[in-house]
Amino acid sequence: MKVLVAVKRVVDYNVKVRPKADGSDVDIANVKMSINPFCEIAVEEAVRLKEKGVASEIVVVSMGPKQCQEQIRTALALGADRGIHVETDAELQPLAVAKCLNALVAKESPELVIMGKQSIDGDNNQTGQMLGALSGLPQGTFASEVNVADGKVAVTREVDGGLQTVSLSLPAIVTTDLRLNEPRYAKLPDIMKAKRKPVENVSPEDLGVDVAPRTKTLKVEPPAQRQAGIKVSDVSELVEKLKNEAKVI
Amino acid sequence: MFDIDATRPASPFYQESHQQWREQLRKFVDREIMPHINDWEESGELPDSLWHKAADMGLLQQGYPEAFGGISEGIDNFHMIVTAQELARCGAGGLYATLLVHGIALPPVVHYASDATRDAVIPAVLDGRAHISLAITEPGGGSDVANLRTRAVADGDDWIVSGEKTYITGGMRANWFTTAVRTGEDGLEGISLLLIPADANGVSRTPLDKKQGWWCSDTATIHFDEVRVPATNLVGEVNRGFIPIVHNFNHERLAIAASCIEYARVCLQDAIDWAAERVTFGRPLSKRQVIRHKFAEMLQRINASQAYLELCAWQDMHLQLKPADVALLKVQATQTMEYCAREAMQVIGGASYIRGCRVERIYREVRVNAIGGGSEEIMRDLAVRQLGI
Repeated sequence: MKVLVAVKRVVDYNVKVRPKADGSDVDIANVKMSINPFCEIAVEEAVRLKEKGVASEIVVVSMGPKQCQEQIRTALALGADRGIHVETDAELQPLAVAKCLNALVAKESPELVIMGKQSIDGDNNQTGQMLGALSGLPQGTFASEVNVADGKVAVTREVDGGLQTVSLSLPAIVTTDLRLNEPRYAKLPDIMKAKRKPVENVSPEDLGVDVAPRTKTLKVEPPAQRQAGIKVSDVSELVEKLKNEAKVI
Repeated sequence: MFDIDATRPASPFYQESHQQWREQLRKFVDREIMPHINDWEESGELPDSLWHKAADMGLLQQGYPEAFGGISEGIDNFHMIVTAQELARCGAGGLYATLLVHGIALPPVVHYASDATRDAVIPAVLDGRAHISLAITEPGGGSDVANLRTRAVADGDDWIVSGEKTYITGGMRANWFTTAVRTGEDGLEGISLLLIPADANGVSRTPLDKKQGWWCSDTATIHFDEVRVPATNLVGEVNRGFIPIVHNFNHERLAIAASCIEYARVCLQDAIDWAAERVTFGRPLSKRQVIRHKFAEMLQRINASQAYLELCAWQDMHLQLKPADVALLKVQATQTMEYCAREAMQVIGGASYIRGCRVERIYREVRVNAIGGGSEEIMRDLAVRQLGI
């Protein structure tokens, strides 16, 4: 079974970003970039499927500037077999990414597509669902458990009320939630071997996709500064304030 | 938390695999070491499981021949620097010194031992099953190797070893000691290197567990009482032991320098984080000029030391490293560590005097670095002598 995994290059989760002075965007010049944590979980899940003998090949794809190669190499070091880099310096919005992925799904015919439920930069939570709509493949989003058997994948989803399990016919799309697995770290020998794994370079034009943005960011500003709190002297004052000021009890 | 990585100057020496190794090793350290290091320090030892995890990660095998289970293809000094500096982030030098103590004990075996010895020792050490320590220093002297007294006398096909070695890092756990012994005349020309199994009759050891720093390290004094060692355990030629001993000096000193610079960086990081939170007389400490200038001077020294380190590491890879430079680099690094530990304590104050704080530990570990692997005084003397002054 072939598995296609999408990984996004994002600002590292440890970095505190700031808006640019002109409010046009977040300033990401010279900040540390990493694989989006949800995408890392997707890679880990694919590698586990391969270790179980369920998956036979893992193809990792990333989209964006030249430096996305770094994230592809990391995924290869973690256990993916080959990479596809859709190289473009254009701003990529979820619909454009979903269209490129759809073209790659048509080309590669994977039986399973695994991707993060969202990226920690845009927090859109759209790409997996859009890919589902474009490709017509069934989707299991927010997965906390994935089991592949007999041409089907059972996906346990983290939904508001608790857990919901859906059964999808393959090929299918799964988007990962935080509790699906704990990603491993790549070992030194695997990092060195990953240098030799093949990475194919294509452009959105090669895939016949117009990546022009459909939405425009008007302004980026930091959240309002939090006001200092107060200390209450005893429980009765706390109850009084919760009742009359906050009106929550 | 202040992003200390943003203070690392861009450097031409790091390629993709170095960056990846840093990223992955950092996760390893955050998950497998950081949560436990205080307990390991207090209990005075590292768990066996750490060696197995380190072997699984490729940490132990780095730079050793692939034929013996090592990882050498594409590995260079900058992977070593990343390893030393990422492990240093836990702020406990005993961890690096002990987990990777084979870094000073195993290379002589790799380069100078018999095939049978290499097959028996190297793979076992590299996969974390067995341990090897370097035994040079004696109660009577350290850097003065020419005058060491532990004696090996030929007896048929064996050597009979008697004497004592001390301050041996990893000495309680070691399965073998790469040991400097006197086989001939007085002076350097009478020294040989012998691999002594720790379970041989006549070997005993005493823990040196009351130390200023490096608490998680199992340091020991080793006693040899007429220990019979097969002649095939000789590492290098008889009376030519100084060659394998000196062989590894550059790497040992580069590694010490790399870790000391990172300890200095940890001190800077913790001092900045503290100063941002600590409010005195109505303002955070970090807004006080007297404190801000401390940060500037710490960073100035750290970055200068790092630049010297990277140049020396590059020169070593291209066989252009002068012993004088690596000696002075080590002094530069330990003095930077000493300065930053002192200044960080001045910033953090009482909280850095309490155990469990990285800066407190690093302050206690300044001396072991400034003395071990060649003291600052010995290093300076060596440098001027090497330069023909």
